[in-house]
Amino acid sequence: MTLRSLAGRVAIVTGGSRGIGGAISRSLAADGAIVAVVGVAPDRERTAELRASLNGSAKLVHFYEADVADYPQCEAAVRNVIDDHGRVDILVNNAGITKDHTIRKMTVEEWKAVLDVNLSGPFFMMKAVLEHMIERKYGRIVNISSVVGHTGNFGQSNYAAAKAGLLGLTKTVALETARAGITVNAVAPGFTATEMVKLMPQAAIDVAKSRTPQDRLGEPDEIGRVVRFLIDEGSSFITGATYDVNGGMFM
Amino acid sequence: MFEGRVAIVTGGTRGIGAAITEMLAKSGAHVAAGYSKGKEPAEACVARLKAEGASVSCHQGRVDDFNDCQRVVDEVLERFGRVDYLVNNAGITVDKTLRKMSNDDWHNVLNVNLSGAFHMTKAVLEHMIERGSGRIVNISSVIGETGNIGQANYSASKAGLFGFTKSTALELANKGITANVVAPGFIATEMVKAVPEAALAKVIEKIPQRRLGEPSEVARVVKFLLEDGSSYITGAVYTVNGGLDM
Repeated sequence: MTLRSLAGRVAIVTGGSRGIGGAISRSLAADGAIVAVVGVAPDRERTAELRASLNGSAKLVHFYEADVADYPQCEAAVRNVIDDHGRVDILVNNAGITKDHTIRKMTVEEWKAVLDVNLSGPFFMMKAVLEHMIERKYGRIVNISSVVGHTGNFGQSNYAAAKAGLLGLTKTVALETARAGITVNAVAPGFTATEMVKLMPQAAIDVAKSRTPQDRLGEPDEIGRVVRFLIDEGSSFITGATYDVNGGMFM
Repeated sequence: MFEGRVAIVTGGTRGIGAAITEMLAKSGAHVAAGYSKGKEPAEACVARLKAEGASVSCHQGRVDDFNDCQRVVDEVLERFGRVDYLVNNAGITVDKTLRKMSNDDWHNVLNVNLSGAFHMTKAVLEHMIERGSGRIVNISSVIGETGNIGQANYSASKAGLFGFTKSTALELANKGITANVVAPGFIATEMVKAVPEAALAKVIEKIPQRRLGEPSEVARVVKFLLEDGSSYITGAVYTVNGGLDM
C-alpha cells in the first residue's frame, strides 16, 4: 500500500510488546513513527525483546509502564509520552486479557478483571488523550476488538462482553469526535496465532479453525496491516467502522 | 505493487470506478475498465490515464446481460492473459418513492447493481478457481445498510450485495479467492452531485464529519483489499462514510 510516512508521528500502542500489539508496533515504527508501548511491568522486558528484533527502527520504540485498568496510571502514561515526545497522533487500544470460564464457574473477579482491562482500558486511554487530540485537531484511534465480540464464544462471556462493548464505545466516540479531525475505528481479528490463542486447549484451537472458512489462524501481521491502513492520514473519511479480519469466520 | 496483474473494474471510467481504475493502474496493474454507455468519455478517461503512463483498456458491455459479461471477460482473458481482480462497481440509480416506482424501475436497478455482480463473478470464476487465486470486491453503499427515501430499488440492490458477497466468500474460502464489500457513504461523484442542492445540504448535515467523501478515499480501500497481504480478509464489509451509518 502506498501509505504516507509516519515520520514525526507519535503513537501509543497498549499491549504493544507482543502478539498482535507487537506486530502493530513493528509496523508503525518501520514507517517512521515513534511508538510508545504502554504495558504492565513484565512488558518492559518484552518491549526490550521487541526492540532487539528491530533493525533501524529500534530506537523509535519506548516503554511506558501503566495498567490500563487504572485511570490515573493511563493519565500519567499519556502525560509522560507528551512530555517526552511532544505529541500523540495515534492511539491503538490493543491491550487485552482472557480469563476463560463458563459462566457457571466464572467468578465476579474474573468478569471484572477482563472488563476492566479490555473495555474500561480503552475508555481510560481515550479519555486521557482526547483533549490533546482535540486541541491539535488530529487523531487516529483504533480499538482492537475480536470476532468473539460479534459471535460470543463458549467460556468467554467476560471477553465477548468486553469486545462487543468496545464496538459500541468506538462508534460513540467516533460520533463525538467526527468534527474534530479525529477518527475512531475498530479492527476485529479472528483467531490469530499469538500466545493468547496458543494458550487455548488444542481442542479449542481445532474448533476455532474448523469454524473459520479458510481453515487457518491469522498471523499478527495480517491484523497489523489493517491497523496501519486505518491510522494512515489518507483514511480520514473512515470513522466508526469495524474492519473484520477473520478468514471468513463471521460475516 | 500490482505489476503483471490484471483487474476488471465495471463502471470503471466514471466516478468511484474511475478512481479505482486510476489507483490500480498507477500501482502497476493492467486495468480493463468496463462501461455501458458513453463511448467518448470512456475513451477520454482511458486516453488520459495512458498519457500518464498507466496500462488501461476500456470495454463496452452490459453487466445486466450475462452473455455480454462472458464476452467481455473472454475478451480480457484473450488480450491480457489473466484476471486477478474483479471490482463490481457498476451501478445506476432510478429514484422514486415506492408508490411511483414502476416494476421496470425496480428491475433495471436490480439487474445492473445486483445481477451485474453475479453475472461478472460467474463469468470470471472458473478462471480464478483454476488459478487458485483471485480477489473480488463488490461496491455496495451506505444505503444498503440504512435504506433511503426514494431508493427502494437501489437500497435493495446494495443490501443484496452484502448477502451475495458473503455467500461467494464462503464458497471460495478454500480456493485462494477472497470476496469483500466496500460500502461508501456519500461521495462527490456525478451521481451524488445530480442531487438538488437543498437535498444535498440535508444529506451532508446527517454525515457526522459534515462532508462528502472523495472517490480516491474509496478507491484506496478497494486497493487495500486487493493486496496480497489481505488474504485473511474475506466476507467483510469495509465502510468509508464519514461516520454516517452509526
